[in-house]
Amino acid sequence: MIKQGKTKLYYIMLAGKYLFLCALVIVFIGPFFWLLSIALRGSGNIYSLRLVPEDLTFSNFTETWTKFNLQRPFVNSMIVALAVVFLNIFLCSLAAYPLARLEFPGRQFVFFLILSTMMIPFQLYMIPLLLTCRRIGLDNSLLGIILPSSVGAFGIYLIKQYYHSIPGDLEEAARIDGAGELSIWWQIMFPLTKPALATLAIFIFVGNWSNFLWPLIITDREELYTLPVAIAKLSGAFIDKTQYLAAGSIIAITPVILLFLFLQRYFISGISLGAVKG
Amino acid sequence: MKFSQSKIRRTAIAYLFLLPTLALLGTFLFYPMIRAFILSLWNYTPLSPENHFAGFANFQRLLSDSEFWHSLKNSCLYLIVVPVIIVLSLGLSLLVEPKIPFINFFRAAYYLPVVTMMVVVALVWKQIFSTDYGILNTILIRTGLIRSNVPWLTSSRFALFTVMTVTIWKGLGYYMVIFIAGLRSVPPQLIEAAMIDGCKPHQTFFHVKIPMLWPYITLVAIVSSISALQVFEEIYMMTQGRLGTATLVFHIYDTGIWTQQGGEQEMGYACAMGVVLFLLIFIFTFFNVKMMGRVHKTGEGV
Repeated sequence: MIKQGKTKLYYIMLAGKYLFLCALVIVFIGPFFWLLSIALRGSGNIYSLRLVPEDLTFSNFTETWTKFNLQRPFVNSMIVALAVVFLNIFLCSLAAYPLARLEFPGRQFVFFLILSTMMIPFQLYMIPLLLTCRRIGLDNSLLGIILPSSVGAFGIYLIKQYYHSIPGDLEEAARIDGAGELSIWWQIMFPLTKPALATLAIFIFVGNWSNFLWPLIITDREELYTLPVAIAKLSGAFIDKTQYLAAGSIIAITPVILLFLFLQRYFISGISLGAVKG
Repeated sequence: MKFSQSKIRRTAIAYLFLLPTLALLGTFLFYPMIRAFILSLWNYTPLSPENHFAGFANFQRLLSDSEFWHSLKNSCLYLIVVPVIIVLSLGLSLLVEPKIPFINFFRAAYYLPVVTMMVVVALVWKQIFSTDYGILNTILIRTGLIRSNVPWLTSSRFALFTVMTVTIWKGLGYYMVIFIAGLRSVPPQLIEAAMIDGCKPHQTFFHVKIPMLWPYITLVAIVSSISALQVFEEIYMMTQGRLGTATLVFHIYDTGIWTQQGGEQEMGYACAMGVVLFLLIFIFTFFNVKMMGRVHKTGEGV
């Protein structure tokens, strides 16, 4: 009798917990559905509370895409995010290799120097960075958006930690066979760190896809806007339909959301790896 | 002789590996950073022929600049989000840490705002918080919780706090994942031992789990306070710094680059504010590490 009461209580508690979890789902993804709902409305009332609009239409997406020429910022964002990802993968891996695997004077100092950059807020040096980029002709170019993010302490740290987990036998064997360090890195170590590189790639992609402040500062020509900048400028300008802004926003966030839905485990493992440093 | 030659060779190879990274960091980070400190001592506006060394004049000007003090106050006020984030994301992680059916779905749902760009997040919430037609006010009025529209983003009393809720909403999933990793690091034997000794669930939580989670709480406190001090996009998108909501970073941007109210780009002056931001973050991180370490030590004795 007592046992039965206990299990009953347990199931009530569990049901309550699921109810609460579902309520939280509304809090966290409700706003996304609200955005989608607005993007799908015809010219009717955008302030009605109906989640599924009466005059459901997909034309806002195509109209926004052509009317505001969103193809340009979309392609720019893709180029920037992918270029930054590739540069980071190679440069972080390249820099982490000697830091993890070679003995040389100044190793600790260089590693400390790189890690210390994590403490420096971007907003401290963004203005001189803008002046530097202007001086060397990188302002108003996609390269000017890309190069300052092309390598970073987080990536170097992540890959270095991963190098430490690889046993040294393979390397030693290759060294005895007379392989140079560059080919050891490229042919042996680089392929072995693929899981860490995949995590890094995803983090860098998401971060740069959403990056706002630097692209906003370094570009003032419309044809160089990335998606966040284009959306921000669009929201500040006068446009005749809120639906367009909503549709543009959906277009801007869809690639990363798809990436997240398919590659969830990399997102989680990246944060956990990052958390170890604390 | 041969030994030292191979040592030189090894060192040269190591630095060749590091060369691209050090060159890029030097050009795009260390050099601009040093220049930021130098420019903070200059009266510098681009294209002006009268740029000159000004000593500590910029910092003196900061002392009597009420707009600067207001933005500094706002940035410090913004740190309210830190304890809120710690409590809510820890609570969230306790909810989703146990492996029960569909739990991955819930975790993913709570994490979704983290991967969404802030520009879009801010836009959506700006619509939701809109005073006259916003869905939040509409719902609150229909359910009878309020009688007239709340000016969430259109009054200086609420605006900054409204923006804070958006920062919290977007960040919770990220910190939740850190705490899940933390909860997994607590050895199950420890919990079992406490239960056998007669600890109630809330006692094991406060006396076993919390002390074990302390490094993670410190990490979340550091990361979230650094990002709270750097808040920019939410402000830019939701209030444009109006109604007294300009934070320090927004004010730096406004002074050095945007110049919303007209006037010149006072880059030297903006760099002086950047130096203040840097010191603020430095002090805060230091303070967090020290305080958390001390509380942790006294906590262990209990």
